[in-house]
Amino acid sequence: MAQEFFIQGNEACAKGAITAGCRFFAGYPITPSTEVAETLARELPKVGGSFVQMEDEIASAGAIIGGSWGGTKSMTATSGPGISLMQENIGYAFISETPMVIVDVQRGSPSTAQPTMTAQGDMMQARWGSHGDYEPIALAPSSVQEFFDFTIKAFNLAEEFRCPVFVMADEVVGHMREKITVEDDIEIVPRKRPEKSDKYLPFKNVENGTNPMPSFGDGFNIHVTGLTHDERGYPDTNNPETHDKLVQRICDKILNNRDKICSVQSENCEDADIIILSYGSPVRSVVEAVNRARDEGKKVGYIKLDTPWPFPEEQVVQLSSNASDVIVVEMNLGQMYYEVDRVLKRSANVHLMGKIGGAMPTPDEILDQINRIGGN
Amino acid sequence: MRTEIRICGFGGQGVILAGIILGKAASLFDEKEAVQTQSYGPEARGGASKCEVVISDSKVDYPKVQSPDILVAMSNEALIKYIVDLKDNGTLIVDPGTTDVEDVREFIDEHNIKVHEAPATKTATDEIGLKIVANIVMVGAITKITKVISKDAAIKAIEDSVPKGTEEKNIKAFEAGFNLVE
Repeated sequence: MAQEFFIQGNEACAKGAITAGCRFFAGYPITPSTEVAETLARELPKVGGSFVQMEDEIASAGAIIGGSWGGTKSMTATSGPGISLMQENIGYAFISETPMVIVDVQRGSPSTAQPTMTAQGDMMQARWGSHGDYEPIALAPSSVQEFFDFTIKAFNLAEEFRCPVFVMADEVVGHMREKITVEDDIEIVPRKRPEKSDKYLPFKNVENGTNPMPSFGDGFNIHVTGLTHDERGYPDTNNPETHDKLVQRICDKILNNRDKICSVQSENCEDADIIILSYGSPVRSVVEAVNRARDEGKKVGYIKLDTPWPFPEEQVVQLSSNASDVIVVEMNLGQMYYEVDRVLKRSANVHLMGKIGGAMPTPDEILDQINRIGGN
Repeated sequence: MRTEIRICGFGGQGVILAGIILGKAASLFDEKEAVQTQSYGPEARGGASKCEVVISDSKVDYPKVQSPDILVAMSNEALIKYIVDLKDNGTLIVDPGTTDVEDVREFIDEHNIKVHEAPATKTATDEIGLKIVANIVMVGAITKITKVISKDAAIKAIEDSVPKGTEEKNIKAFEAGFNLVE
């Protein structure tokens, strides 16, 4: 029977992780993500899992890479200062194609700025934070239910595409309490493991881009490295073709599956002159503002990005095809805005409503913006 | 209908738990929608602590309280700080043992505020013998005065929220609060 709980977003994230099969968490507590670690410290041992509080976030990211190669679904949770420290190992996870989940409950930034206040300043860190070419997947929850659902989805995508996946939450979604419903039949994607065979290559240039993955100790003679490697995993750093094939495959396995990965939610876009685009907790104010604008007879709709990365280009273009203006509401001074502007600038005026300071935008503030642009 | 509730007091009085119980009662046991948020700051003990709950018949989009319909004050500092946001004709519930409504009389009269006194701390101490259940006494008073949650739902939510083994004392505290006011 489906179960209901009235819990915090961070607790729902931890519950989602356990439901998805996560049995290893390594992290360093940081506001406003601490309750994720706190809950897993309590709950993981009860299901045979392990929790380790590391010395810092660099080590935390390293530990979950190891946990994943040990055969265990693994996760860490942090906030801006921690995500900065993790970037080196996140790059290692991308090139070594290590499935894992990184939860970022965003707070005021840069640096340690505002621990208890909400923000969305890390969106480009999820995209470009580590050096080099790679294509990240990132999900942005707007409710406690979505923080639960998206954490499970993150684990599923990580296993399906053998890559790190970000859950980009924010303080509001992390700390607020709401009802969640946990259904009985939740789809969980297990790790694809290789058949015992002499011919197995862990980094093969397969057509769909994603190879099955063994664990250390399974008996496969494989090598895992951050250096450019051949299909066996052995370093081959001076051969342009090896590097090109490897990095291209790592990017293509995500880009070629955008139709499976990308997700948006939208309402009232068909006849809308003005579209509000947002993600994470500000979506809640956007929905209220759009409903009120519609009540006043204004042709306004909204697009919610479930997956900021990979950016759902086709969906955003298609849903905005009749709009003259698109307002991007986010809690930073312009990050996803540039992505929206990139794909829409030939067809619509793209405006930024960026709010920092730690208080989420209110429906009134968004309505003001709609009126300023001339919604009628 | 959307009802916005703010409960405030000293850190350590349990105003956060009181708000969680209201939200849980509404959303799990009364078939309503609810969102609970709280202030996070260095005020763990002694400073001002604030908990907010939005309860509605339909989905709660914007999760924060902008101007509360109901303000519950368990400290004078919090009463003075938060009274200014209270809606016209709004409901104010205070613990007379820890607040002095005369300090905000002007606002009460100007904005036609309905004032209810619920001596939660005194009741918790005298009737239950435990000062720390004052927050649950207050939940009883809120339930009776505002009817924003049902009594049944409140009791179920308390049982689901308090530490194991303390249910009986807490339900007793709730009943005492419920019977405090007309």
